[in-house]
Amino acid sequence: MGRIKTIARRSFLIGSVAIAGGVAFGIYAYKREGKNPLLDTLAPGEASFNPYVKVDANGVTLITPRADVGQGAYSIQAHLIAEEMDVDLATVRIDPGPPSAVYYNGVVGIEAMPIAATSETFLANTGRGAADVAGKFLGLQLTGGSTTVPDMFDRLRHAGAVARATLIAAAAEQTGLPADQLRTDMGAVVLPDGVRLEYADLAATAAEIEPVQEVTLKDPSDWKYLGKPQQRTDILAKSTGTQTYGIDMVMDGMVYATTRTNPAQGGAIRGFDASTAKERRGVKAVLPITGGVAVIADNTWRAFQAAAEVKCDWDDAPYIGDSDKQFAAVAAAFDPARQDSRFRDEGDVDAAFEAAAEVIEAEYRIPYLAHAPLEPMSAMVLLAEGRLDIWTGTQIPRFMQANAAKRAGLEAENVHVHVLMSGGSFGRRLEDDYVLQAVEIAMQLPDVPIKMVWSREEDFTHDFPRPLAMSRARGTVSDGKIAAYDLAVAAPSTAESQMARLGQPVMGPDMAIVQSTWDQPFAIPDYRVTGYRVPAMVPVSSWRSVGASGNGFLHECFIDELCLAAGADPLEERLRLCSHDVSRKVLEAVGEMSGWGSEMAQGRGRGLAFVLAFGVPVAQVIEVTDVEGAIRIDKVFVAADVGRVIDPVNFEAQVSGGVIFGLGHAMNCELTYKNGVPQQDNYHAYEGMRLYQCPEVVVRGLENGTEIRGIGEPGVPPSAPALANAIFAATGSRIRTLPLSHSVRFV
Amino acid sequence: MQLTVNGTAHEVDAEDDMPLLWVLRDELGITGPKYGCGIAQCGACTVMVDGVAVRSCQLALGDVDGEVTTIEGLGTPEALHVVQAAWVQHQVAQCGYCQSGQIVQAASLLDLNPEPTDAQIDAAMSGNLCRCGTYPRIRAAVRTAANKLQGA
Repeated sequence: MGRIKTIARRSFLIGSVAIAGGVAFGIYAYKREGKNPLLDTLAPGEASFNPYVKVDANGVTLITPRADVGQGAYSIQAHLIAEEMDVDLATVRIDPGPPSAVYYNGVVGIEAMPIAATSETFLANTGRGAADVAGKFLGLQLTGGSTTVPDMFDRLRHAGAVARATLIAAAAEQTGLPADQLRTDMGAVVLPDGVRLEYADLAATAAEIEPVQEVTLKDPSDWKYLGKPQQRTDILAKSTGTQTYGIDMVMDGMVYATTRTNPAQGGAIRGFDASTAKERRGVKAVLPITGGVAVIADNTWRAFQAAAEVKCDWDDAPYIGDSDKQFAAVAAAFDPARQDSRFRDEGDVDAAFEAAAEVIEAEYRIPYLAHAPLEPMSAMVLLAEGRLDIWTGTQIPRFMQANAAKRAGLEAENVHVHVLMSGGSFGRRLEDDYVLQAVEIAMQLPDVPIKMVWSREEDFTHDFPRPLAMSRARGTVSDGKIAAYDLAVAAPSTAESQMARLGQPVMGPDMAIVQSTWDQPFAIPDYRVTGYRVPAMVPVSSWRSVGASGNGFLHECFIDELCLAAGADPLEERLRLCSHDVSRKVLEAVGEMSGWGSEMAQGRGRGLAFVLAFGVPVAQVIEVTDVEGAIRIDKVFVAADVGRVIDPVNFEAQVSGGVIFGLGHAMNCELTYKNGVPQQDNYHAYEGMRLYQCPEVVVRGLENGTEIRGIGEPGVPPSAPALANAIFAATGSRIRTLPLSHSVRFV
Repeated sequence: MQLTVNGTAHEVDAEDDMPLLWVLRDELGITGPKYGCGIAQCGACTVMVDGVAVRSCQLALGDVDGEVTTIEGLGTPEALHVVQAAWVQHQVAQCGYCQSGQIVQAASLLDLNPEPTDAQIDAAMSGNLCRCGTYPRIRAAVRTAANKLQGA
């Protein structure tokens, strides 16, 4: 309870971005119904019963406001609506909809609060409710934090049910038959005599009646789509080259643009000489923009070539620009004056260390990481007659709308964001910097559609990376058990950097610095986790699984070290310490899947890691082989519990993809800096994983959790520590710095 | 110069050193091949020239000496190529941005080697980067397509 009191005192008011705004606006605004933005766009004969469904004479449109960045969000959202609405997804249109406050995210704020996912206390649940209030107040339309399914599970099924009930009511009105004699079947209301009235043909009548709000959701045992293997709604397009990404957008009369700005992110430009660049074939203009130049041409490649030829005089980086000095700044932050949080402080670690014969100590470090989605940042913009249109992939359409309006000097209502499919993101599209550049170009070149595309080099050097971090860990063991664990993590604040760019107030501790460390379900008698905030350096942002992405490595490798120091089996000891039934079953499952404890040949080893992130306990066992001094990753076993698996096919894809993403970066990737410039500017220096290195990944989804959870991110954090622990088991070499390729070679 | 893409002849007015990728995307409006890196590190731009997979970001227009086939030329949503059908069956794509290149690379592999071993699949497909981590399903889809082609 002591911890929860701390939450109440400090954090409901100051502990999170979302809550800060929520409290300020009072309860009145929350209680008002959100406005359905589709009503503004309806033509005669078109019906919309809620913000997620539109029906007209041509058919059904489902609105899927959470961005699809590869995680299958469009498909999952469409299936949630379709399950209750009773439509065939092969016949509907799927549209991300306009930016709107009604599409607020009601659960993403929870991650910004110091509430452990395992806590079921009244205050914890009150805090979770407050996240919904705050999200609604702020109209926080945001995709991230593995929130799409938990946030939309009830909302979209309800929207589908309302649509179905209203169409039945329309059919009743049209035919004079009582509604209870009507049923539905795949996009039609069916009359007692078997006659089918297609939803599209009921639209005009449905548009004239009040939506039926009294609905009962199906029992899961009656589900047609949910819980069963689904075909992704985008799979045909993505297998035939016909999916239109932001970078593929084409408009009549458009010009092609690229930008080149100070390779030290946020640095200024003192001056430039574009005299030869302007002479190149197809170049229409070279324009100044914030921090650099934009080249306008009649072909992207011609724009790239010309941009490379502009002679630019860059100003210095506005932050510590060299890797060694950056890590020195992190090391210097282990200082009481820079303490950011201490959400776990059980027993008395100081006394435990005083009394112990031996204190085990270790220091770990993790690097900056780029998002580097394969589709480089790009946007189409058109500024004409006081109206700005933007076509791009984004996870933050409302923030983008507000920031673009500000940049262009327009009212937000005159800025129209059209969301397109993203070729990956991993958090990169939680930023809108690339769009603001395109807006600056449009302000100098109005009335012309401008397609702006970054070169890969520009993309790498202008990322907002996952921050670097260090940990200092101490622990003691006794009687073959872990007795004390004191973990200190120092990192720059993601929230401080990212939220400032989104124009949001930031107060209180940054949960990302200690995410998935303080809240892990282990009952170690003396257990303390302290976060230290490193002063802002390179602008940083959220990267797939946010703070947990690196903290899993920091927390779990040292658990492994303590287990081995105690002479305890890493799985048995975690099970002994585990204080959360759902997590225990995940650990037991991965032990059973992997044959944990069975003999392994000489030169082979297996490593275990467990991370609870975004409410999802995930355990991994990785098997490696030492092949003449190089490491081969043979097999990965993963067990994860999301409460309820909505689509087993996509679940497996997200878990295995997360594992491979986590492993690839742990093995091979870092951003290092020289004079403020990232030294890795393309994939030759930042490969992630290649197919030949990819292990077999065996995934099991468990459904013991009481809450439904998202799975886009939780697969990532245990990968790095499970691999490092496996390498130790195989070779006896304990690696405490990422990427691992500094210490071992992979085959 | 003349350029034949997916069976259609085009007259192209562009520099000899313009990479084929940008001729396809910006001059001809064929957007299946993707730009990912520009230095032959990711394979998203992979197309076939006379049936052989090449990185179109590294092939200058002036050096194109055969018929070009892009992902659009392999098959369509209504008439899938056997490799595309395998990609659908295994639901390989996540973000999907690399998959045009992956599929063309796999089709080229199976054209040249209808019965690849696992090691040959790994070798042929390792130049194509997938940031989402779809590799296990890529392997499975290539095997499925190979079996289908052999009538298995």
